Amino acid sequence: MNAKLTPSQTVGPFLAIGLPWPDGPFVVSEGTAGAITITGRVFDGAGEPVTDALVETWQADQDGRFAHPDDPRGAAGPGFRGFGRCPTGPEGAYRIVTLKPGPLPSPGGGTEAPHLDVSVFARGLLDRVVTRVYFPDEGQANEADPVLTSIGDPARAATLIAAADPGAPDRLLFDIHLQGDRETVFFDV
Amino acid sequence: MAVHPPTSGSGLVVTPYERPSGVHPPLDFAGYRSTALRAPHRPLVLLLHRLTEITGPLLGAERVTAADADLTAQHEGEPQGQRIVVSGRVLDSAGRPVPDTLIEIWQPNAGGRYRHVVDDHPAPLDPNFTGVGRCVTDSEGRYRFVTIKPGSYPWRNHPNAWRPAHIHFSLFGRAFTQRLVTQMFFPGDPLFFQDPIFNSVPEAARDRLISRFDLGLTVPEWALGYAWDIVLRGRGATFFEQPDGHR
Repeated sequence: MNAKLTPSQTVGPFLAIGLPWPDGPFVVSEGTAGAITITGRVFDGAGEPVTDALVETWQADQDGRFAHPDDPRGAAGPGFRGFGRCPTGPEGAYRIVTLKPGPLPSPGGGTEAPHLDVSVFARGLLDRVVTRVYFPDEGQANEADPVLTSIGDPARAATLIAAADPGAPDRLLFDIHLQGDRETVFFDV
Repeated sequence: MAVHPPTSGSGLVVTPYERPSGVHPPLDFAGYRSTALRAPHRPLVLLLHRLTEITGPLLGAERVTAADADLTAQHEGEPQGQRIVVSGRVLDSAGRPVPDTLIEIWQPNAGGRYRHVVDDHPAPLDPNFTGVGRCVTDSEGRYRFVTIKPGSYPWRNHPNAWRPAHIHFSLFGRAFTQRLVTQMFFPGDPLFFQDPIFNSVPEAARDRLISRFDLGLTVPEWALGYAWDIVLRGRGATFFEQPDGHR
């Protein structure tokens, strides 16, 4: 047992008064060159939309760098926030406007495919649940990704790969199923 | 307490964060009804800490003003209720302060009502209280809010269920692994015994959620004071576990 760590508690049903920011969904502003929108819905085990969740994302920039001093390769400049936050609406939908991150060297050797780390908070979740979004146009990189391969079951790993929107090349669809037959892979982080 | 040993490849060395055990509530906790359809059923997959996990958003002063830390001064008049100061430090488990990190709080008013459209508790809203605050820790990890003591409220989880008075806290720390959302409670609350959210925490860790009355934090003739330190996961290689040995 960790001697002192503060335990997690649920965000409860009223997070919407405290956590959303007007600029939260916009890791970059709309209209930025190369901007993509990652959008989807959050579902519960009965297939109902979760309308009171908060989805947060964290990622590298287009060059696979972080504006953070703990990156052993050195910190990127502060131009890219890297962080997105969006509450779900009446249909359980969220959206994040951002740039596609670059691949990352993995400390275990190899390369991590482009991805975003995702946290989901909601009433009924006593701790956040953590997942990742990967990109559908990165087939080879995804196959070699150490995290996707650690999942073991390709069908389960596929829950982490966003779907291309055939009608909009700059849109990716990523639904999150908290529970059930289509349950998203969640990580012990 | 356990962390993975530093791993390296292509010259890249990443020091992971410790892995909590016996600290956080289980996701599936039957006493809290809302977990039934929301807690994942499949086992979590161990995610070793790599670059995305040991970094995180460093959001700070640009997102707050000094006024955001005083929830009693956000309207024309003062809110009803007992004025309190809530203050403490944000530390990691090695005792190192976490400076310049954003803290966000939200809470109901003195009557136990949130300013939220779906809160139908028949207690009055207070036109002088929104119940939302923000601040950034100083160079020693200290924070300080001025607010009013939140009321308890009923919530229908079980017959005659009431939440102990609490303030919601959201913290970033300096890495994705340190992100924490939690609740701060008040000492001596008679409602603890029947609250499944509080009691979802392993027993030995529960009292870490309870603030301490601190006369030194009071403002004479004006406000009571409560102290509460928040401890986030630490980073380092003191403790190890095998990569395939997760809980």
